[in-house]
Formats: sequence, C-alpha cells, structure tokens
Amino acid sequence: MLELKKIEYVVEDNKEIIRDVSLDIDDGFIAITGPNGGGKSTLAKIIAGIVKPTSGQIIYNGMDITDLSVTDRAKAGISYAFQTPVKFKGITVKDLLKLASGKKITVSEACDILSDVGLCARDYIDREVNASLSGGELKRIEIAMIIARGTQLSIFDEPEAGIDLWSFNNLIKVFENMRKKINGSILIISHQERILNIADKIIVIADGKVSKIGTKQEVWPQLMESSTCSALTDKI
Amino acid sequence: MDSITKNLLAEIADIHEVPEGAYNLRANGKLQTRQTTANIDIVTKTDKPGIDIIIAPGTKHESVHIPVIISETGLTDLVYNDFFIGEDADVVIVAGCGIHNCGDQESGHDGIHTFHVGKNAKVKYIEKHYGEADGKGGNVMNPTTIVEMEEGSYLEMETTQIKGIDSTTRITKGNLADRATFIVREKIMTHADQYAATDFDVQLNGEDSSTNVVSRSVARGNSKQKFVAAISGNTKCKGHSECDAILMDNAVVTAIPELTAASVDAELVHEAAIGKIAGEQLIKLMTLGLTEEEAEEEIVNGFLK
Repeated sequence: MLELKKIEYVVEDNKEIIRDVSLDIDDGFIAITGPNGGGKSTLAKIIAGIVKPTSGQIIYNGMDITDLSVTDRAKAGISYAFQTPVKFKGITVKDLLKLASGKKITVSEACDILSDVGLCARDYIDREVNASLSGGELKRIEIAMIIARGTQLSIFDEPEAGIDLWSFNNLIKVFENMRKKINGSILIISHQERILNIADKIIVIADGKVSKIGTKQEVWPQLMESSTCSALTDKI
Repeated sequence: MDSITKNLLAEIADIHEVPEGAYNLRANGKLQTRQTTANIDIVTKTDKPGIDIIIAPGTKHESVHIPVIISETGLTDLVYNDFFIGEDADVVIVAGCGIHNCGDQESGHDGIHTFHVGKNAKVKYIEKHYGEADGKGGNVMNPTTIVEMEEGSYLEMETTQIKGIDSTTRITKGNLADRATFIVREKIMTHADQYAATDFDVQLNGEDSSTNVVSRSVARGNSKQKFVAAISGNTKCKGHSECDAILMDNAVVTAIPELTAASVDAELVHEAAIGKIAGEQLIKLMTLGLTEEEAEEEIVNGFLK
C-alpha cells in the first residue's frame, strides 16, 4: 500500500535525519520504535507531507505522492495524529470531528466515535479544544479525529507521550479495539511494550535508518539489548 | 418592512419577524415602530434625539430590542439612549445598528448609551454592528457606552462588529460600586482599509467589584485596529483585561493596557497576544483534508464564534 524508496532528509550543516530509508508498508498494525532522536517522527511527517524529503520517492497505492501537499495526501487517504495535539480557540470537539469526517455529523455519530476513545460525548462535544482540556483528553480527541476520518492509512505519533498512567491504560484499550476492527493500515510510533505486543510487524528506526524489521519475538531481544546503557546493566 | 430593513435586522438583532417583549425600531433617524410591556416602558426624549428605556424593579426574564437601521446614503444619525434598570431586575437588552449605504456619501450612526443598573440587577447587553454598501460611501459608527453600576449589580456586554464598518471608535466607560461586576466580550473583524478603535475605561470604586474585558479580533488586508483597556482599581477589587488578535496580510493591531492600582488590595491583570495564525493549527486542519485557505477560514470563524 505504502512504499518508501530511498528516502533521505538532510538539514543544515549536512546533518542527516533520515538516511536512505526504504520500506514497504502493507495492511495491518505496524509499530515503529527505536531511540529518541532516531528519526521516527520525521519519517511519519514525511509520509503525511508535513516534511519534504531531500530525496527519494513515496508511492501510495501505486501513485507517486512525493510532491503532493498535506491536503492532497489527506484526501488520498492518509491520516496523521500529532504527538502534541494542537489547541484552538473557539473550535469545539464537534467542529473538529465534523471537519475530520468531511460531512455534517450527528450527535449520535459523534457519541459513537468519542466512546471509542473513552470519552462521554455529552461532556465533550461542545468543549473548545483548548488548554482547558488535559493532555490525556487532547490525545483522545486527536485519536477520535483519526477514527472519524476512517482512512486507509492512519499514522499515530507516540499516542502515549505526555499522558498519565491512568489515561495510558485506557489508551492501550483504544488501540487494542482498533486492532480488532482494523481496515487498512495503522502505523504507530511507540515505545510501549503493550503497543508493540499487538503489532503485526515492528520496524526499528535508529540513527535515521531502519535497523530491524520483524515480529515482536524477532525484534524484542535486540531492542532490549541496545536500549540499555552499560552503566545501568553493570549495576543491575 | 422592506427586504433591506429585514436583512439588516436579521444581521444585527437576529430578528426575523416582530420581536417578543419591548422593542423600539429606529430607521433613518426616525421612530418606525415601538412596543412597551407592563414592566418596560420606552419614552422618546424631548430635549435631544433618543429614548429612555425604563425597566421596573424586579422585572425578570424580559427582553428589550432597540435596533437602528440606516438605509439612506449621507445620513448621520446621533442618538442618546438611557437605560434605567430597576433593582433586582434580570433582563436581556439587544441593541445594534445596521447600515446599508447604497450611495457615495458617508453614512453614520453615533449611539450614546448610558446604563443605570440598579442594586442587584442583572443585565445581558448584546450589541452588533453591521454595514453593507453598494456605493462608495463609507459606513461609520462611533458608539459610546457608559455604565453606572450600583451595589451587587451585574452587566455582561457582548459586542460584535464583523462586517462592513469602515471606521469605528468605540468608547466604553464603567463605574462600579460594591460587589458590582462588569464583563465585556468584544469581537471585531476588519478588512480592506477599515479602522477600528476601542477604548475601555473601567473604574472599580466599590469593594469586591470586578471586571473582565476580553477582546478577540481579526485584522485582515490593510486594516488597522487599536485596543486600549484602562482599568483603575481604587479599592479591594479584581480587574482583568485581555486582547487576543489574529493578524493577517498587511494589517496592524495595537494593544495598550493601562492598569492603575490605587489600593494594595486591588488585583489587576492584563494579557495581550497578537500574531498570525499558528502554523501548526493550519497543518492540523490540512491533515484533515482542508486546503490552507479553508483551514484559515475555519480558524478565524472559530476564533470569533
């Protein structure tokens, strides 16, 4: 469905953020993991069109989308949930769900979507998506927008980042449910073992490159080894 | 009612037919139609143009509509409207001015509204300004609002100027007694070469009085806006003012806070934020399939909602 061909992204001073990444992403639940600063988020933004790669090609359903805008990629069926949800003034949860679904949305439809992410529609539908919402609430609304879009490819950038433990446990359930209902492909950047547990495939990105691809059983041992620093292991 | 009047009324007062409760419709400098109720009287002034609106003490859940319509080009209408709101009353007052200027001369409306809010009375005051033009004549509005608030009274003022007013200078003054509360929510959008200035001066004279003056505005094209919020805390009181503006194209916005604390127990705060639409807001909406222009429109509409 999605093919990345020799993607490179170089910033000032010739610093390579993404180095020659080639990937085939098929239907299913795919987790991207790896150390912070390894290029995971940049790669997700390159797929969504927010960041333009320095070189390489992105093929989506047989179409070259490398030069397509964010809007055109969204219309072609790519959704992207931000790591840090954006806040607005005056725009409500219902407004965003309406824009996401691309049509007028009834209260009961909004209710269905919000209950999927563990929010009670009655309490949230008219709330402004501003700083009065907690980090966990904003994350769920961000995910609700992706559900409302119902596109073939959904990308989530660290949905667990910046939320409390209680919200996290509920959030995992949201993705476990999503896993059951999957239709197309979910690409999720995550460090969480429980997310990696439900992934069909795990891609490890480190130092701007794909360092390993495989099932959890194949990838996990190597991941544990490389992510623990020697000073710490010595003490353990 | 002709279609121009109907359209202007719908824009400024959400009136589609004859409103319920008391009303006074002024068109092209003259009284057009009026209705009073058992508790709300409207009397034409004899010494100068304008009306007195007298609301009996204890009047609950009633409304007064006093729209002004100008559809003649070159007419400048000046009115003095005085509101006397009795003790313990709880009412909604809807004012507003709509100008349809089809000619090449300047049309204008200068409304001077004075509110005398009685003890423990509660007022919601909604005011909308709207202009449309077929010709080259400009639409000018310079409203003045003076609010005298007695003990324990509450006045919430919502003022909106979204379209078609080429030049406006709004002056709002408030004098608050003990425990009085004055809330202002202002929304302004200017475009092309329009100019809008708003000038607030709130005197917190009574103990535990409070005010919150909040302005949200969008400035587009070559338009200019100026926001001045002066709050004086003369005793134990709370005052807050906020100017939040989205700047587009070549527009200019000036925000001037002026806080004067004349008592150690006065708590006064001012906030101002002026800037373009945040890039991440645009990108978020674009990832939902909106074009950049559509995203901009949604953000502006939400901001001024």
